[in-house]
Amino acid sequence: MSLNLRGVSKWYGNVVAVNDISMELGPGVTGLLGPNGAGKTTVLHMMAGFLPPSRGTVLLDDTPTWRNPAVYAHLGLVSEREAVHGFLTAWEFVYASAKLQKLKDPAGAAKRALELVEMTDAKDRRIETYSKGMRQRTRVAAALVHDPRVLLLDEPFNGMDPRQRLHMMDLLHRMGTEGRTVLFSSHILEEVEQVSGTVQVIVAGRLAASGDYRTIRRLMTHRPHVFTIRSSDDRRLAVALMGQDSVSGVEVDLKLGLTVRASDYGTFTRTLPKLALGEGIRVERLLPTDESLESVFSYLVSA
Amino acid sequence: MNLTIASITLRGLFGRRRFLLLLPLPALLVGLAWLSSALGARPSDWAGPVVVGLGLAVVLPVMTLIIGTGVLGSEIDDGTIVHILAKPLHRREIILAKLAVAWIVSWIVCGVPLAATGLIAGSGRLALGLFAGAGVGALAYSALFLVLSLLTRRPVLIGLIYIVLWEGVLGNVLSGTRALSVQQYVTTVADRVSDTPLLNGSVSLPVSLAMAAAFALGGTILAIDRLRSFSVAGETS
Repeated sequence: MSLNLRGVSKWYGNVVAVNDISMELGPGVTGLLGPNGAGKTTVLHMMAGFLPPSRGTVLLDDTPTWRNPAVYAHLGLVSEREAVHGFLTAWEFVYASAKLQKLKDPAGAAKRALELVEMTDAKDRRIETYSKGMRQRTRVAAALVHDPRVLLLDEPFNGMDPRQRLHMMDLLHRMGTEGRTVLFSSHILEEVEQVSGTVQVIVAGRLAASGDYRTIRRLMTHRPHVFTIRSSDDRRLAVALMGQDSVSGVEVDLKLGLTVRASDYGTFTRTLPKLALGEGIRVERLLPTDESLESVFSYLVSA
Repeated sequence: MNLTIASITLRGLFGRRRFLLLLPLPALLVGLAWLSSALGARPSDWAGPVVVGLGLAVVLPVMTLIIGTGVLGSEIDDGTIVHILAKPLHRREIILAKLAVAWIVSWIVCGVPLAATGLIAGSGRLALGLFAGAGVGALAYSALFLVLSLLTRRPVLIGLIYIVLWEGVLGNVLSGTRALSVQQYVTTVADRVSDTPLLNGSVSLPVSLAMAAAFALGGTILAIDRLRSFSVAGETS
């Protein structure tokens, strides 16, 4: 099954949360990447039919997801909010989900789903006694219990320890190769890198980039980088740097030292030490100035 | 009727601390009735203030408010409603299960103490009438407070304003508002069933029943429609 967003926008009064996003998600794992507050949750909620788009439509195959509870027979959602019925045990919670899905064998389905997320041992304890990661896995089990063709997860790795994280990544990966459409959101590059081949990047409510992960990774690493350098002889180093292909600009400031714009991150970081050595200049400090995720994303927007 | 939703709702209702609020009011009602009777006052003297003034005007609506907003409003507040909404269920199934739980629980926790005060007043007929009235009132109030949970983020506050201002103050000052007051339907039903001079219904029985049904039905239909269009708040960060 495929999930189709057509010109979807969402605004609250004068604030635009999501701005004209179109994308088609097919089988396989897709990462929805973006900094906090970019609109990932809003997009996910619109996909899941929990929020009406202000403009545009969200279609699951050919049916809109808004005001159409029938889609939940094929769609599973793990929202970011941790809220669960804490007075239930994991077994009761997942079993109730199976019954509400009107499955033929709710007990068997609940058992399978709990095994899948490795929650069988603790299944008879009340959910309020669980750690964050256990709650998260319980909610994943409830979302998977009806074997959905489409699975949406909002920040699924939050609060998980590294082992659980690996297990969850493996699970998503497996579901993707089984031909399910899996979408998960994250603000962490490495998470997306490890799980998904395709990425949709959202910045400030807009779709900034989309496609194969490697292409986007290349865009990200090959973007211009700005460094500040302090050395034993700034001016001489500046002259030497200007001769390099990987450097697109150098600024000399007596207080700050050198500000260097590198057009190619990899080549520049390899070249600098050799160059300094050859010139007999001691580099005292090298600082990247714009390594925040936001600057990476905003570069993608302008690219 | 979806028993899974009903049972989760019921456990949620009794599992929350808020439910402890349900105990003092009915206890106060029965206690006051017992005290009045033990001190030798005639039922015609205390039935008015205790049964109507406290029982029908305060205990029944306030208890139903706590329960009626508890079955859905608290799930909306803490976000657990998402788990129930993300199922291929007609929204009617969800609302009817919630309404049934709210109705039956508030009928029991209000109707039983009200019937007890009727017995203390010395009339089995009055007890029956109050129990029947509580049933009608619990249904109309439950539907009203259920839909309030979906129309506003502050259902308890709006519900209290309705009970105190509309039914309490305006109902006593302007007789016209009585036709739109659940409390009056309850009084009328209890009055007709018990056939006692202790109660005075000011709205006719057919009007009371029709209006109570209109509250119940209108509230339910509106609640189903609102739940179909229920939006989950966007960014959580």
